Amino acid sequence: MVTNAASLGRSGVHDFILIRASAVVLACYTIFLVGFIACSSPLTYDAWHGLFSALPMKVFTLLALVAVLVHAWIGIWQVLTDYVKCVSLRGVLQFVFVVAAFSYLAAGILIVWGV
Amino acid sequence: MKLEFAVYRYNPDVDTKPYMKDYSLEVDEGTDMMVLDALLKLKELDPTLAFRRSCREGVCGSDGINMNGKNGLACITPVSTFKGKKIEIRPLPGMPVVRDLIVDLTQFYTQYEKIKPFLINDEKTPAREHLQSPEEREHLDGLYECIMCACCSTACPSFWWNPDKFIGPSGLLHAYRFLIDSRDTATEERLSGLDDAYSVFRCHGIMNCVDVCPKGLNPTKAIGHIKSMLLQRAV
Repeated sequence: MVTNAASLGRSGVHDFILIRASAVVLACYTIFLVGFIACSSPLTYDAWHGLFSALPMKVFTLLALVAVLVHAWIGIWQVLTDYVKCVSLRGVLQFVFVVAAFSYLAAGILIVWGV
Repeated sequence: MKLEFAVYRYNPDVDTKPYMKDYSLEVDEGTDMMVLDALLKLKELDPTLAFRRSCREGVCGSDGINMNGKNGLACITPVSTFKGKKIEIRPLPGMPVVRDLIVDLTQFYTQYEKIKPFLINDEKTPAREHLQSPEEREHLDGLYECIMCACCSTACPSFWWNPDKFIGPSGLLHAYRFLIDSRDTATEERLSGLDDAYSVFRCHGIMNCVDVCPKGLNPTKAIGHIKSMLLQRAV
């Protein structure tokens, strides 16, 4: 068995479940937003502000941001372990990408809860 | 009729780097031949050309090569497949080249060894044989026919990038063949050996293996079944 410490999941199955579950959340969020934009013609600031003021939408957005973090973490790890064979360079790149993903999450939380 | 070939040549003893060498063969108009027959004729012209072959009928899996960008067996690929275009012949991709079209398949066989390609049965040995019902035997169809030519694994990017960690389509097809065998009792042990981020889950289902398999097998489907078994065991 091959072990891995840098990915998010504890095993291949765990990664497999996480990446698909997060993809479902992101797909639902994208479809909902596209649907909202398509059905709100013309789309006004008030309508947009009203949407993101509601608690369920804040929770849904937070869930989508966490899903981005999970999906990106595992996906980037898979891509980096395929293409970057130098372990130290891969470690640095993985660190940068995970920090960036966490930053998106933190910024997203502050923005959504600021509405 | 003239057949044009460009063949990958590399002899590490004399060449500093690989190169493509052009050959041509005169054949009777309207005739066809397998790529292996053409290679044998080319070898008569140039005895230094090296390649593997054995049974000449798609059974032994020795002459897996890359023809115009697609892996296949030279012995069952007609020259007419390429519709008169120049045929570019290269060794199987991603593997270390020993010489010309001969590759070192050590990593391929190492992965095959990992899946324990033999029946494990810890039950009392029957007096005559382990019996299977026709339905149980049917589960092995589409799995046991693999001849290990390595065309699939060497067409798989996941195997190119991680040949030391990813079992590869051929090895996983064999793994599923033993996982689904009613006579095998080591299912749990076999699944435990595959339950990591590389061995099975590096397959992203791009189906190159299915596209090139000269026996028409479907390793992607077998890998999907293994993933399902691992999932069912985990949740």
